[in-house]
Amino acid sequence: MMNKTHSTSRFSAVGAFFQGLGSSAARGCRKFFSNGKTIAGFAILAFFVLVAVFGPLIFPYDPDTDMASAYLMPSWEHPFGTDWLGRDVFRQVIAGTGSVLEIAFYSAVFTVVLGTVLGIVSGYLGGWVDKVIMAVTNIFLSIPSFPIYLLLAAIVTINTPVSLSVIISIWSWAGLCRAVRVQIMSLKERDFIQICSVMHMSKAHIIFKELLPNVFSYIAINFVMAMRNAIMASVGIMLVGLAAYDPTNWGAIINAARTKGLMNVKNIYILLYPLLCIVVFQISTLLLANGLDETLNPRLKVM
Amino acid sequence: MQAAPAAVNATGKGKRLLAAVVKFFRKNSYFFAKVGISLLTLALSIIALFFLLRMIPGDIVELYALKLQNQQGITFERAYELAAQLLNYDPNENIFQAFWRYIGGLFRGELGTSYLETGVSANSLIATRLPWTLFISSVSLFLSFFIGVAVGGYVAQKRRGAANKAASAFIAVSGSVPDYLIALILVIVFAYQLKWFPAQNNYDAFSVTPGFNLPFLGSVLYHAFLPILSYTIVQTGNWILHMRGSCIGVLGEDYILAARARGLSERTIRTKYMKKNALLPLVTQFGVSFGALFGGATLMESIFNYPGIGLEISNRIISKDYMVVQGLIFFSAAMVILVNLVVDLIYPLVDPRVRKG
Repeated sequence: MMNKTHSTSRFSAVGAFFQGLGSSAARGCRKFFSNGKTIAGFAILAFFVLVAVFGPLIFPYDPDTDMASAYLMPSWEHPFGTDWLGRDVFRQVIAGTGSVLEIAFYSAVFTVVLGTVLGIVSGYLGGWVDKVIMAVTNIFLSIPSFPIYLLLAAIVTINTPVSLSVIISIWSWAGLCRAVRVQIMSLKERDFIQICSVMHMSKAHIIFKELLPNVFSYIAINFVMAMRNAIMASVGIMLVGLAAYDPTNWGAIINAARTKGLMNVKNIYILLYPLLCIVVFQISTLLLANGLDETLNPRLKVM
Repeated sequence: MQAAPAAVNATGKGKRLLAAVVKFFRKNSYFFAKVGISLLTLALSIIALFFLLRMIPGDIVELYALKLQNQQGITFERAYELAAQLLNYDPNENIFQAFWRYIGGLFRGELGTSYLETGVSANSLIATRLPWTLFISSVSLFLSFFIGVAVGGYVAQKRRGAANKAASAFIAVSGSVPDYLIALILVIVFAYQLKWFPAQNNYDAFSVTPGFNLPFLGSVLYHAFLPILSYTIVQTGNWILHMRGSCIGVLGEDYILAARARGLSERTIRTKYMKKNALLPLVTQFGVSFGALFGGATLMESIFNYPGIGLEISNRIISKDYMVVQGLIFFSAAMVILVNLVVDLIYPLVDPRVRKG
């Protein structure tokens, strides 16, 4: 009996959290689009998503080689020209968009879930749990991440975006975990949480209904930042020549052109477009994160 | 409290000594806590790296044993034993024996032997490559620090001006373009297209002799120019951002208002009042920046073909020379932990308020 009420209260807390999320969605939407940076960042991201979904349908990529049309200059037929094997660069970049976005999305989900859960647990429970989690966090923060990405990418065979995302997120949740922990620790001392614990509310209720909504905006911003970092890490891994499971990924295109030799100007033309795409993508995520930061945390605003 | 039974029989002198020791530890608890945490982190990273090492495919020992067998004409068992000893790794051992062997190797100062090349180990690579990485990263760290602090301080005072807009744009672009892409763009433009700067190596081995002579130093600087430039571009935005934030915080303080009321010039306020106070929190950023530079060197150096420790790591990961790689990564982690510790220990000397809090 006791056990049952406990479990139902836990589920109702989880349900209420998502219900609350739905009812405030309309209000959130209006607030969300009140900032210019957010609109710009969101528009560019949405454009990339549309390209990833519909691009391959309109401009299907043909991986067959055609040596006769190698290294063609940009034209109406090949807007970005062709590469050393006569493949259309424009269509390659479009085909790679989905692959890049997949990695960004999965890594951001893994990173945010790991970081947030561990951060909340560590900050809310305190005591030895907190000490252990912080010690582990310290390791992940002090060992330089990029060499580890490379090492893991070399040891583990990577053939899906999920496996690459797991490798990236294993070594990138620590910063978020620490930041969430600090926020939770300061929230824990606030009156409304104190009252909840005095009223013997379940831990699940306090975490999902009280603490999570309060750090939700922070997590949303960090989701976008995690996407940024994932792109940075995945393209970096591919630039070294590892994780080459998808030759149309922007990082793989850049690496292929780079290994072909940068002395040849034609190879530079090929890597220019994916490079530009990465830069635009990164700027859009930065705009979105900054815009969200300004609307959601007005008191943290420095400028 | 635990020392109480022992102290019963102890003489007065012993008691006083104990009290002095306790007082010494209490007084310097900040330092001991920081050193303790660093040592703990180092120990835990050793364990983490050990588990990474266990993931390495075990056949490298067999390959190395076969190579030794062919080279020295000994039996396979003997060669296998020798290989496991040289590589400090034996996949057939259980986890405790393996960990004991690994720790023993670290304490003997053997970070890892290459199984591809004879006579090459992580130690020898660190000895030859580390100076170059340290040279590049420290020069660019300090360069970007000074530029960032100067610009950040200036911009914080003139927040409505065009300079602030320019600085914000620079921060946004340099922060959003991945560091290695900035490096790649620089290499493409200045090394391959304009051919102003070289695209590989740390000095021109054909025309200069290493040593303290002018042509050698000139060649080193010439080859280091592009790496330093790109590291500096990447890091400066960060420093501007932190300095501006810190300065804006300081500008809200009462003593700045009092200085303005006394009629001091904005320039005096900036140099004498604002900067000194705003610089303090930035000291902790040094550790973070150094870690970012050291980790980022892996890719940056392979783009510039600059023979530092980072290029060695990325090349050896690709050629699957894992024993050397884990040694180099362990060393990098130890360096980052050490630099962070030094920063933590210096900070209370600069800002005495920290020790109390």
